[in-house]
Amino acid sequence: MHELSIVMNIIQIAEEESARNNASAVEEIELDIGELSGIELSAFEFAWEQAIKSTLLDGSARKINHIPGEGQCIECEAVFPMHRLYDPCPVCGKHYITVTKGKELKVRSLVLN
Amino acid sequence: MCSTCGCNTTDHEHPHPDDHHHSHEKKIVQVEKDVLYENNLLAQRNRGYFDARNILALNLVSSPGSGKTTLLERTLTDLKNEFFFYVIEGDQQTSRDADRIHATGTKVAQINTGKGCHLDAHMILHALQGMKPAENSILFIENVGNLVCPAMFDLGEKERVVIISVTEGDDKPLKYPDMFHTSTLCIINKIDLLPYVSFSLEKAKEYARQVNPELVFIELSCTTGEGMAQWYQWLKEKVFVPATV
Repeated sequence: MHELSIVMNIIQIAEEESARNNASAVEEIELDIGELSGIELSAFEFAWEQAIKSTLLDGSARKINHIPGEGQCIECEAVFPMHRLYDPCPVCGKHYITVTKGKELKVRSLVLN
Repeated sequence: MCSTCGCNTTDHEHPHPDDHHHSHEKKIVQVEKDVLYENNLLAQRNRGYFDARNILALNLVSSPGSGKTTLLERTLTDLKNEFFFYVIEGDQQTSRDADRIHATGTKVAQINTGKGCHLDAHMILHALQGMKPAENSILFIENVGNLVCPAMFDLGEKERVVIISVTEGDDKPLKYPDMFHTSTLCIINKIDLLPYVSFSLEKAKEYARQVNPELVFIELSCTTGEGMAQWYQWLKEKVFVPATV
């Protein structure tokens, strides 16, 4: 359940940004969560519901951009969709792969009031 | 939120006095901030501290019961005349592991994470403040027994060492790929039990290499001592040939 720590960090970022902008409410929060970020979405959902109570994010709209995983083979340089870290390169079958997308876990934007 | 000392706790009260004038216009802020930025920042601070003092900090991760503490007990005892060792123990409850390490004569700090399932860089920072490890030493950080959550939290370590034992399934690397993806050394423990279990060393290594082709393996038994020499050799190489930053 590291998802709870992740949600706590998101709340902290939202509160810091709100304070910096003299805002009293967060109307919307936009998150990037990659397919290979290590976040279990059902656990994230559960942690979110519990953790945001009586915080600035209580009642805020939440938008999640799910970023699909993408890898590049170091051997043959092919770029391909990657759903699991142990997927081989579909072109040459090797496992020397750099994850190019899907590790994202960030707060992209806030709509403050 | 700091679950170690309670510092920098997030205040959920937002006073809004009536004489407080501000516009109610919407404002869009492009935050573009990594959710783990604070942990990563603190991890880099820890890393700088370790580098400056030439401390080899190793983050030991595994499932519960793979033999992390036993591996440490044996290592600390066998090499106590060769290195200065320090240990940070992470567990949800009790100081049982720290007591075992303390019995070897090694300076140890116990972190109890309570409900937390992993150590984070902030907890390590606090432990270091109390511990003040000497220069040119080795610091073992024994993470909470959990192959999932600790993978996401950089502590500032030099290397991450994942430990599995042959009493677990040989498909662990595929079931918990993140941990094997972020580790540089994989210790396969309890090999004295291989004749009694269906664990295949070759399969386990093949699966782990699918996740991380550069992973190094050391097979050993803390009970019989087989393979311990290789582990000690690995440690010595890391200490005497510090990686360039």
